Amino acid sequence: MTPEETRDFEAKIRAYVGREVGAPTRGKDDVNPAMIRHWTEVTGDESPVYCDQAFAAKSSKGGIIAPPTMLQIWSMEGYAMCQRPEMDLQRELHKIFDAHGFVGVLGTNTSTDFYRDLRPGDQVTAHTVIDNISERKTTARGVGYFIETVTKFTDQHGADVGRQVFRVLKFMPNAETAEAKASTAGAADKPAPPTRIQAPRGHDNAWWWEAIDQGKLMIQRCKGCGTLRHPPRPMCGDCNSTEWDAIESSLEGEVYSFTELHYPKFPGYPYPLLCAVVQLREGTRLIANLAGCEPEQVFIGMKVRGKVERVDDKTVLPNFYPA
Amino acid sequence: MAARISDKAAIVGIGATEFSKDSGRSELALAAEAVKKALDDAGLKPADVDGMVTFTIDQNEEVDVARAVGCGDLKLYSRVPYGGGAATGTLLQAAMAVATGVAETVVCYRALNGRSGQRYSSGVSGNLITGSAIHYSWYMPFGLLTPASWVAMFTQRYMHLTGCSRDALFEVAQATRAYAVNNPAAFFYQRPFTREEYDTAKKICEPLRLYDCCQESDGGCAVVVTTPERAKHLKQPGVLIRGVAQCAARGQEEMTSFYREEIARIPEMDLAADEAYAQCGLSAKDIDAAVIYDAFTPIVLWQLESWGFCKYGEAADFVKDGNLRPGGRLPTNTHGGQLSEAYIHGVNGIVEAVRLVRGTSVNQPNKPVAHALVTSGVGVPTGGAILGRMG
Repeated sequence: MTPEETRDFEAKIRAYVGREVGAPTRGKDDVNPAMIRHWTEVTGDESPVYCDQAFAAKSSKGGIIAPPTMLQIWSMEGYAMCQRPEMDLQRELHKIFDAHGFVGVLGTNTSTDFYRDLRPGDQVTAHTVIDNISERKTTARGVGYFIETVTKFTDQHGADVGRQVFRVLKFMPNAETAEAKASTAGAADKPAPPTRIQAPRGHDNAWWWEAIDQGKLMIQRCKGCGTLRHPPRPMCGDCNSTEWDAIESSLEGEVYSFTELHYPKFPGYPYPLLCAVVQLREGTRLIANLAGCEPEQVFIGMKVRGKVERVDDKTVLPNFYPA
Repeated sequence: MAARISDKAAIVGIGATEFSKDSGRSELALAAEAVKKALDDAGLKPADVDGMVTFTIDQNEEVDVARAVGCGDLKLYSRVPYGGGAATGTLLQAAMAVATGVAETVVCYRALNGRSGQRYSSGVSGNLITGSAIHYSWYMPFGLLTPASWVAMFTQRYMHLTGCSRDALFEVAQATRAYAVNNPAAFFYQRPFTREEYDTAKKICEPLRLYDCCQESDGGCAVVVTTPERAKHLKQPGVLIRGVAQCAARGQEEMTSFYREEIARIPEMDLAADEAYAQCGLSAKDIDAAVIYDAFTPIVLWQLESWGFCKYGEAADFVKDGNLRPGGRLPTNTHGGQLSEAYIHGVNGIVEAVRLVRGTSVNQPNKPVAHALVTSGVGVPTGGAILGRMG
């Protein structure tokens, strides 16, 4: 898309924000015991308050209630949606996305508030609004937009009984993007799996990474005073010598500090991912990943032994294992 | 010997935009609005401004802001590096200029679309915000990409050495949230939270969970600095810069000083505290309230130690005793901090520190505030300022 096309497209989709997708949808069936029973059988929820009249009457609920998570069920379109889906604003919006190449759709997350229990006889009506469309996002699945709809559920008295936020990603699947096409042109049709971010290499650090590629963990040593230093620097802060060589590390050390990385998760990295400041026997420290252990087994002071190994198609790194 | 800069400059105006998750406008628009509001607050005209200071990572050029607001000739434009570490460093630049006559009226500003635009939590991958790619080469391949991950590494060791538990981190989060609940400008206005919500929130990097991390916000803040003589004739009572320092310490890296003798300490902040106190002859006992940079909960603890409110390793007990609360020894982050008001890189903190001295915070402590402390980001070269009333 050219910047102009993108602008026109975004103007088109943003015009939908704030609009109701259609007239409020009254559920085809009132809340009823048969559908409740089908639902609890399928989900395996055996709570008697949903099906056992005698039990429910004596419980704090004072009678049968519908499982709260059925909230959305009561106003769903039913089987007809597979045949002749109603053309509401939401589908119209999705078609605009489709026409511009954003053919992928992924339900990403939903959150629901429940205001009161629903009981047999209640009539549920859904009122859905297109609440928000995000900025253009680059995701692991491809470039796209998050569309958020908010549905308000009301009962036969017009009172609110619940609210649901539903978020989908409409995206241009990665293999369809120009970049992805270019990178896979002539190669196998499967895109290469993502790799870790590569260390940029320059004057002062490339030699260290080249040694890693050869399976060696090196430590820079000042030729003037013999001080070891990491990360490498062009001058010794102790004696100001710019002459240096390097020694190969024994790869023995201990955990000086560590963290388990949870969020955000970056493509190309394995999670759970443990990262540590490793104190090497030689005296310098470095950042590296811990491997071969569970997060709860790690402690400050734990003895570790390193292994320089290939972790993906492009990356060789030192990993440290419990010694 | 300490710098002779105490009481040579005063803050006479403060301004802020609304804080949001999607400002819907440019960062330049935010900067211009914040600067104009600060000038209006001071009763000054744009033409009175002859100096502008911001952060190196701010995207708004000084001359662009000057042109947008209608300022005239500038004699000072200057920027301070290292992310949030720059916050009070802008005051140092302004105070030095005012004290030496390089400029008479300097605006310090910071404006960002920190949520709808470039988010710092998205890490250093691909799109480096500051610093050299070579520096981050030691961290990126290992997945240590975000500010939270770097701070987690220091936190884990600090907790190991001092016995500090998550109870203390929670108290920092809870205290700032309790202030934000009363502040209409805060993201968490009227939204208190419980220990259970704190403990069950999304894990970020061990031991940090979501509510140990600050907001990501859109917004802008500005303050106006001028001479104490001129301050006497302006709309608001001037707030003196009693002491101000910015420091980098031996072995410093930007956020990744993992190679020092001990990493569970922030020697650059110790230096800044010593220098700022020495400039004005004050000490911790003279500070009545504080705005302590809170990008993450644990960093508040370390700064309390640096500034002498308690000894090393005692900050957990200090906060658990309620000292950050309205009636405590040191009411702290009374606007809700960056954890609960907004993340404007510490400049909303300078604005709040000025309010504390003026007596106009929405959570004004129930005691006279003769001196307020405000600090800059942690893990980077940093600093702090001590603000006080004009005599």
